[in-house]
Amino acid sequence: MMVNRLGAWALDSIQEMGRMLLFVLSSFAWLVRPPLRFVQIVKQLHFVGYKSTFVVVLTAGFTGMVLALQGYYTLRKFGSEGLLGSAVALSMIRELGPVLAALMVTARAGSAMTAEIGIMRITEQIDALDTMAINPLQYLIAPKLVAGLVGVPLLVAIFDVVGIYGGYLVGVELLGGNGGAYWNSIESAVEWKDVYGGILKSISFGLIVSWVCCYKGFFTKHSAEGLGTATTEAVVLSSVLILVWDYFLTSVLL
Amino acid sequence: MIRLVGVEKTLGGQPVLQGLDFSAPAGKLTTIIGKSGGGKSVLLKHMIGLLQPDRGQVWVGDVEISRLRGKALNEVRKRFAMLFQGAALFDSLSVFENVAFPLREKLRLKGTEVARRVDEKLEQVGLAGMGHKFPAELSGGMKKRAGLARALVMEPEIMLFDEPTTGLDPLMAKSIHDLIVTMQRRFKFTAIMVSHEIPEIFAISDWVAMLREGKIALMAPAADFVKTTDPEIQEFISVSGPIRLSGVAAG
Repeated sequence: MMVNRLGAWALDSIQEMGRMLLFVLSSFAWLVRPPLRFVQIVKQLHFVGYKSTFVVVLTAGFTGMVLALQGYYTLRKFGSEGLLGSAVALSMIRELGPVLAALMVTARAGSAMTAEIGIMRITEQIDALDTMAINPLQYLIAPKLVAGLVGVPLLVAIFDVVGIYGGYLVGVELLGGNGGAYWNSIESAVEWKDVYGGILKSISFGLIVSWVCCYKGFFTKHSAEGLGTATTEAVVLSSVLILVWDYFLTSVLL
Repeated sequence: MIRLVGVEKTLGGQPVLQGLDFSAPAGKLTTIIGKSGGGKSVLLKHMIGLLQPDRGQVWVGDVEISRLRGKALNEVRKRFAMLFQGAALFDSLSVFENVAFPLREKLRLKGTEVARRVDEKLEQVGLAGMGHKFPAELSGGMKKRAGLARALVMEPEIMLFDEPTTGLDPLMAKSIHDLIVTMQRRFKFTAIMVSHEIPEIFAISDWVAMLREGKIALMAPAADFVKTTDPEIQEFISVSGPIRLSGVAAG
């Protein structure tokens, strides 16, 4: 009995993974077919990117500030306050920027994507697109995938810069550290591969968020409860996948 | 025009259609009745390729669509339009943009031509001057009208109606029925409607088909249908009181 259930679970999981893969592959295939949905892409970029800016700036500022606060007291024990800039910048660029920005996008834009697509599924708007001979993957999903792929890296760039300034505010302006040393240590410690790794992470996180959230919305079950479950699953699965994928990507990039 | 041959479909372990044969006469209004949850909407969705049968064939004209995908299926769908139960208007677009949507997306029409056609259709369904409203601001009946305008704007050969009057008060239901009949007579499209509105449908339909246990139990011209001797069908159609025939069926 136990074995049966385990087997059924394994088969279901594999099937689900296959469906997810087909979903994203066919969406990208539809993306490159005419007509190009330029207006839709810009709309989605506005939603995922521009409208997330405020929350990203806010989290980035406070993340940088608390990093500087913690870092300053730790580094002072070793008399290395001068390295504060590099400590903040490296943590931001390599790790916290991509992960936290992606988590914020999941919470703000990802959940909304699932809910929007889910409601369209329940109210037969997606079927209506189909009956009009308009492919929903091309019209609805592909622009959202592009928005995730492009929007998240741009938000991460903003997150990094704001976070580093937040660190400066606390480490230098508030705690009285050396401003020159702060910027200098960043310049000498941050290498291209750190930035490159961060960009790579943010692109893949952007894909994870939009992929998982669109998928869960697209296959919402036909009920209000189904919509709630889909949204929860989308947020939880994206967040977990971001953190798991982050570990593996970091271990490869290091 | 539309022909289903030996269609079988199981959904969630439940057999819904069980070797169903159905044929809708071209240029006529055919109504499908049957118990709730009996698979009427499922049947309708097979006709436009939203669902694929497990076994059997679905013919639209001389094309068998049950195994078609992508572009080939879209070609067939261009001949169709469908009015969904909840009208399925796009929430994020105004009524005008909803009706203009297929014109812009499929026919690539622009500016004044779109406006002309949309205004014309909105007027025909009694929504003139309502184009700026959003679906959330409309009543159930107005949504159905807007959905009908969006479906008709592409001048389809075949129209599918999925319970077009469910959730409407009797007066509004009657006005939607009248609108469907008027449009059907005027544009001569093949119409297939799923409905619970007994006895009204006998007055407006050319043909009536009863779905029972996954098969068409009886399909006949409306006037003949009501004379059936099948006790179960008689019970089903007479529950709503004595059948009053008028218009087409009585004639």
